[in-house]
Amino acid sequence: MTAAAHAMTPVPWRIAATRRETSDTFTVNLEPRAGAAGFPFAPGQFNMMYLFGAGEVPISISGDPTTPQKLVHTIREVGPVTRAMGALKRGDTVGIRGPFGSHWPVVESAGADVVIIAGGVGLAPVRPALYQVLAARRSYGQVALLYGTRTPADILFRKELEEWRSRFDLQVLITVDRGDRDWMGSVGVVTSLIPQAKFDSGSTLAVVCGPEMMMRFTIRALQDRGVSEDSIFLSMERNMQCAVGFCGHCQFGPKFICKDGPVFSYDVMRPWLAIREL
Amino acid sequence: MDENHLQLMVGCASNLRVDAGQFIFHEGDPANELYLIRSGRVSLEFFAAERGVISILTLGEGDPMGWSWLVPPYRWKFDARALDLTRALVFDGECIRKKCEQDYKLGYDLMRKSVAIVEQRLEATRLQLLNLYGVPAGTP
Amino acid sequence: MSSAPHDTADARVLERSGLDRLFESLRNREFRVVGPTVRNGAIIYDEINSSADLPAGWSDEQDGGFYRLKQRGDAALFSYASSPHSWKQFLHPPRERLWSAKREDKTFQIEPAAEPVRTAFIGVRSCDLHAIAIQDRVFQDGPYVDVGYQGRRRKSFIVAVNCGTAGGTCFCVSMNTGPKASSGFDLALTEVLDANRHYFVIESGSELGGEVLRELDLLTATAEERDAAAGVSSRAASQMGRTMNTSGIRELLLANYENACWDQVAARCLNCTNCTMVCPTCFCSSVEDTTDLSGDRAERVQRWGSCFNVQFSYIHGGSIRPSPRSRYRQWLTHKLATWIDQFGASGCVGCGRCITWCPVAIDITEEVEAIRKQDNRNRTAKSHHGVTRTNSSPASILP
Repeated sequence: MTAAAHAMTPVPWRIAATRRETSDTFTVNLEPRAGAAGFPFAPGQFNMMYLFGAGEVPISISGDPTTPQKLVHTIREVGPVTRAMGALKRGDTVGIRGPFGSHWPVVESAGADVVIIAGGVGLAPVRPALYQVLAARRSYGQVALLYGTRTPADILFRKELEEWRSRFDLQVLITVDRGDRDWMGSVGVVTSLIPQAKFDSGSTLAVVCGPEMMMRFTIRALQDRGVSEDSIFLSMERNMQCAVGFCGHCQFGPKFICKDGPVFSYDVMRPWLAIREL
Repeated sequence: MDENHLQLMVGCASNLRVDAGQFIFHEGDPANELYLIRSGRVSLEFFAAERGVISILTLGEGDPMGWSWLVPPYRWKFDARALDLTRALVFDGECIRKKCEQDYKLGYDLMRKSVAIVEQRLEATRLQLLNLYGVPAGTP
Repeated sequence: MSSAPHDTADARVLERSGLDRLFESLRNREFRVVGPTVRNGAIIYDEINSSADLPAGWSDEQDGGFYRLKQRGDAALFSYASSPHSWKQFLHPPRERLWSAKREDKTFQIEPAAEPVRTAFIGVRSCDLHAIAIQDRVFQDGPYVDVGYQGRRRKSFIVAVNCGTAGGTCFCVSMNTGPKASSGFDLALTEVLDANRHYFVIESGSELGGEVLRELDLLTATAEERDAAAGVSSRAASQMGRTMNTSGIRELLLANYENACWDQVAARCLNCTNCTMVCPTCFCSSVEDTTDLSGDRAERVQRWGSCFNVQFSYIHGGSIRPSPRSRYRQWLTHKLATWIDQFGASGCVGCGRCITWCPVAIDITEEVEAIRKQDNRNRTAKSHHGVTRTNSSPASILP
């Protein structure tokens, strides 16, 4: 059967490892059940993850596209299916359909600076883009990762962030909206990090991912620094059920988030983002 | 404000009448006006796709509205929507900026008044952030 | 099923008395036959056995929120306009199992869905042919193919009927989708009924249609008979119950997302989803995953969905379109404007079903007119709806 025949049929993958990131977010590392070589994907793409009998949800791939032998997803528990997935253990099975959607134009932006701005669980869909940049570090200029989340307890990928922060060829700035007793880092909204980020506005790829309002403000702050609309990329989210453009749920104006997105350039999205209840 | 300065300001003014429910300006629009609400109520709000309208402040009679006209790139950072039939004085931003350039004393006076309002609003915003009445942080 | 352009010079004549031979020929090719029949006061589409099941003598009266059958008192088989059913209930069924699965140790095994049944559709109007072509584009022309839909299409045989009577809510002429069927069928019939004769002028539109036609071994239609058939179509074209001005319609709707008309229609719309159910091009569906009580068997089912449901646009946190106003706007703007961006042509075929079956008689052609009359592009910045500016005199400002 061709790939098209499997468009709505999940393939079983085995859970090789799980890790709890925060009180409501966890990461699963998956391996194929039957000898498939790996899972090639582009950063920004997503899979439909199926839990037998419970349901299916769209989850961005959060792993390294340069090591496709491993398939990694970071999932936030927001409903019955994702909560049930939070109880999965090594050896359990999930169904995978994908990869779907458009990607962050990392490869296409070789030669430019890169600024990645993530809010909350938005750090997961951009992590593959950062991996891809770091795997070809010399192809890019200045690279900055800006990450904001609600509280220190909500910080994802802590160990990895510490490793990245210790690199000399990567600027990592982290902030929280509200600190706690032990937090000695920055407190403030993520857009406040932008003036400190080192990148050339005239020649940069801006990758923005997080709640829609956070993306709107971040984009405005980038524009205030002179980044052009067609250099800014965001990842949109809508109700998604089939992921292949048939069910109609994910429509945003003329676009299907599942097949025209989820990654869009801001110049294409701008007029539509301004319409309430689109 | 002294009489001469008032006259200068009036030269940049016009009247605005907005029906209940209508927008005065939208987030992202070019900001070139200072408003002084004479009657009615205005909601300063954001719109989040899945959360709907989030009103962060309501302004009423006697309240000035907007200082984005003072600060480049002169763009509104939120939506302003009339909750009731609202009448306001509208001062053209560019006109006022020009007059401030010509009369520094007017400029200084306006800046002081604007900063006082901004300080008041910032303090109020910080108090709102503290979630004074809500559950402790970290609770879903 | 290929659709080769048909040649009217090759048209044949089939007498009413010989119509069941067509049924027989289709059944011999193992097609089940689906067509119009009267049930519960309406003409609906279901499996039929012979021409005796067709709605002989029945016609329909349609208007906004109004549908009644009435007897003509003659033997005409296709003198009604549209039905609350469309052919999408067979090609894109209201409920379709995509696959079932069985739990096995720690993993699961998927069993594909059943093969589709060969089906012949009798009585497909030109508007519905266009609707089928539109759904073909949605389900087959994109980066992915809906294999269920494709299977059902490949196993279908379409016998079109050229309308002789237009309905009270029809506007296919405005949408360039009829009344004469031009392509997308295997066979096309035009019913001619006069004082002396009752016959069909029949043309083929595909290779398979040509095969069936040759098997029926009919006489070639005379010039008179072909003229009579042409007259049937022009009569229908002159009877359209509605018109829609489609000039610049995409730009009109895209420029009027904040038009006051949406509030007005929202005050009437019940969000009952009738329009999306009867519309032959509406394709939205919901995907449901369920298990049986043992938890060992699961299945994925696709059901018709509707953008008028508030949960249609739900993401964690809430629905993107919580107001009825935004949902009506989504449906109309998609159908007539953004559909063009997505699929290269309008999503509306002018069948009028949404007008007939709306319980509060909302009329899509009227809604477009209303927006045109209050086009926001004709308003200047200074006189925006509800906002007025006037120059002031010092007296009105100083205390």
